[in-house]
Amino acid sequence: MKYVDEFRDPEAARRLLDEIAAQASDQPARKFMEVCGGHTHAIYRHGLEALLPASIELIHGPGCPVCVIPMGRVDDAIAVAGIDSVTMCCFGDMLRVPGKDSNLLEAKARGADVRVVYSPLDALALAERLPDRQVVFLAVGFETTAPSTAVTLVQARRRDVANFSVFCNHVTIVPPLKAILDSPGLDLDGFLGPGHVSTVIGTRPYRFVAEHYGRPLVTAGFEPVDILQAVQMLLKQLAEGRCEIENQYRRVVSDDGNKRALQLLREAFVVRPHFEWRGLGFIAQSALAVAPEFSAWDAEERFAVPGVRVADPKACQCGEVLKGALRPWECKVFGTACTPETPIGTCMVSSEGACAAYYNYGRYSSRPRIAVHAR
Amino acid sequence: MAPNDDFETREAVLARIESWRRRPPKMSDETITMAHGAGGRASRSLIEAVIRPAFSNPALDGLNDAAVLDIADTADGRRLAVTTDAFVVTPRRFNGGAIGDLAVNGTINDLAAMGAEPLALTVSLVLEEGLPVQELREIVDDVARAAAAAGAAVVTGDTKVVERGAADGCYITTTGVGFVRPDSRLDAASVQPADALVLSGAIGDHGVAVMVARGDLAVAADVASDTAPLHELVSALLDAVPETRWLRDPTRGGVASACNELAADCGLGVELDERALPVNSTVAGACEMLGLDPLYIANEGKMLAVVPAEAAPEAVRAMQSCEAGTEACVVGSVTESHPGLVLVRTGFGGARIVDMLVGDPLPRIC
Repeated sequence: MKYVDEFRDPEAARRLLDEIAAQASDQPARKFMEVCGGHTHAIYRHGLEALLPASIELIHGPGCPVCVIPMGRVDDAIAVAGIDSVTMCCFGDMLRVPGKDSNLLEAKARGADVRVVYSPLDALALAERLPDRQVVFLAVGFETTAPSTAVTLVQARRRDVANFSVFCNHVTIVPPLKAILDSPGLDLDGFLGPGHVSTVIGTRPYRFVAEHYGRPLVTAGFEPVDILQAVQMLLKQLAEGRCEIENQYRRVVSDDGNKRALQLLREAFVVRPHFEWRGLGFIAQSALAVAPEFSAWDAEERFAVPGVRVADPKACQCGEVLKGALRPWECKVFGTACTPETPIGTCMVSSEGACAAYYNYGRYSSRPRIAVHAR
Repeated sequence: MAPNDDFETREAVLARIESWRRRPPKMSDETITMAHGAGGRASRSLIEAVIRPAFSNPALDGLNDAAVLDIADTADGRRLAVTTDAFVVTPRRFNGGAIGDLAVNGTINDLAAMGAEPLALTVSLVLEEGLPVQELREIVDDVARAAAAAGAAVVTGDTKVVERGAADGCYITTTGVGFVRPDSRLDAASVQPADALVLSGAIGDHGVAVMVARGDLAVAADVASDTAPLHELVSALLDAVPETRWLRDPTRGGVASACNELAADCGLGVELDERALPVNSTVAGACEMLGLDPLYIANEGKMLAVVPAEAAPEAVRAMQSCEAGTEACVVGSVTESHPGLVLVRTGFGGARIVDMLVGDPLPRIC
């Protein structure tokens, strides 16, 4: 498969691993955070963690869109889905995200009309096919998915689809990154920057990471060779005493991002004054709401959304995991009370969540590396 | 935290998880959700906690593809295999097959996985008011053609009609009976460390073909379902390698779920080699785009076999001699090192766990 095979070439990976090992041996132990859930998934899926030298630890960041949805918003979505006239459309990952007492999959089993779509445009098309239903698209995701929701809003207005609306939970990547950098006791040496988000926003918005916080960041692709090369670039920067924003994912990401997509975001959305993040609490100006010009397609305007804030379950330590303060297996309920089948926290739901990725893929394969570490 | 503590803590966590995983499944859900039909962990909970306790008996409790009955009064002591399966696939027609083919082939393959040659089939139809008779004729023709191809007569059946909305068009239940080959020694308990896992061909074709046929994805891909009867392939395999230990047709939940059942049933570990797993390039591409793992996607014409390591080349040759097995190959092995767990070795020498399917990526594919 073109654009995939060459980035999964074991030979190329081996060469990078040799370079990484050589560089790491001259440096103190390093902790790098991969911000994006897609990276977390790829790291475990390809078993990369066990291949890196023991002195390099990858910390899993907050960039899994499903993982950061607070319970109250899930309850809101369930409440809207429970309205007789409503057909709720969402991505498959959202079905099992726990609200206070239930999730969308159970709501569906109880009779709510909940459907999985792969694109918001599919939800809009469904609204046109079902003129008697109120079709609501449950929008989640960072700047990666927000442009497709924006296009859908523009299309809904252009085609005057009155029975369609968006329940908007889009979030932005820079504010949580700042929150993590501001958290006391920060223990990170650098970042693997998000890949897909950066195709939209470019690499310029990350400058503050190097300039104000003195941490290097390398925007990385999602294949094993991409990730290894980004780790190697971070080590090289540290070895040379540099602290820069670099771009490993040049085949897709430009410094300025996608101007057309950014324009669409400005058109369709406004920044919320604050938004609650699962485990991270309220973060100012960290999320998007449907713009007033599109209020006719805003589900929060159309339906009575309860909007009740629900505290995270006491046992759940997702927040610490999202900040990189706890490794998944250090959480008290990891793998016992909290499993992919019966998740307590959101990190255990999406395959991009640190806990689910570690539970599903990584919990065994990491053992040999730790054994080496222990000697 | 000192490295040593780190190691011990993680070991303790892993041990705790493993003991948790081995607990008998509980049914904590109050309503049936689509996940209970996906062939993964939720299906297993439903069967283990609700269905099996109600009927428990020695023939059922192995939860094999088919039950094997010892019938005392057959002169030659042959054993009878019985299996039943319901088919609710939507859409009813897709590239490479239709509900009628599936309903026959699925049952034939469940018999084959127990080393049984098909003898006779029953067909039971639930029809929704409003179904065009022309479509029903086509479905029945498909059933008849597939049954003839498998050499099994449809000997009895039933038809029920329900009100519009009480079913979706047409559901088919088939039951198959057949005699187990007298030389068959299939038994999960006979699986040994170092045994080889042989797969009869590329994975994921059926699931992806049905998904594409639904048209709810903006993906056009030329993928045909692999639905096919496998009794001849199994017959060729058992002729060549009578000491074959275990067979399963990896339908819902895919090869991943079949391997997990193997690991649980034989109490050993399973190791797959990612590079050896045959996946057609269009299926690989569709899965890559949609974030699916071909290991979890359903097949309807593939057989997974455990054979002694030294017999693996012979097993591969036997499968390759059949039309349904031209791409057969060794995909992994059985190991003592991580009992109950399935691991896949990635192309880089890394490894990851392949657990039971959770949730349902693709509902109603068979």
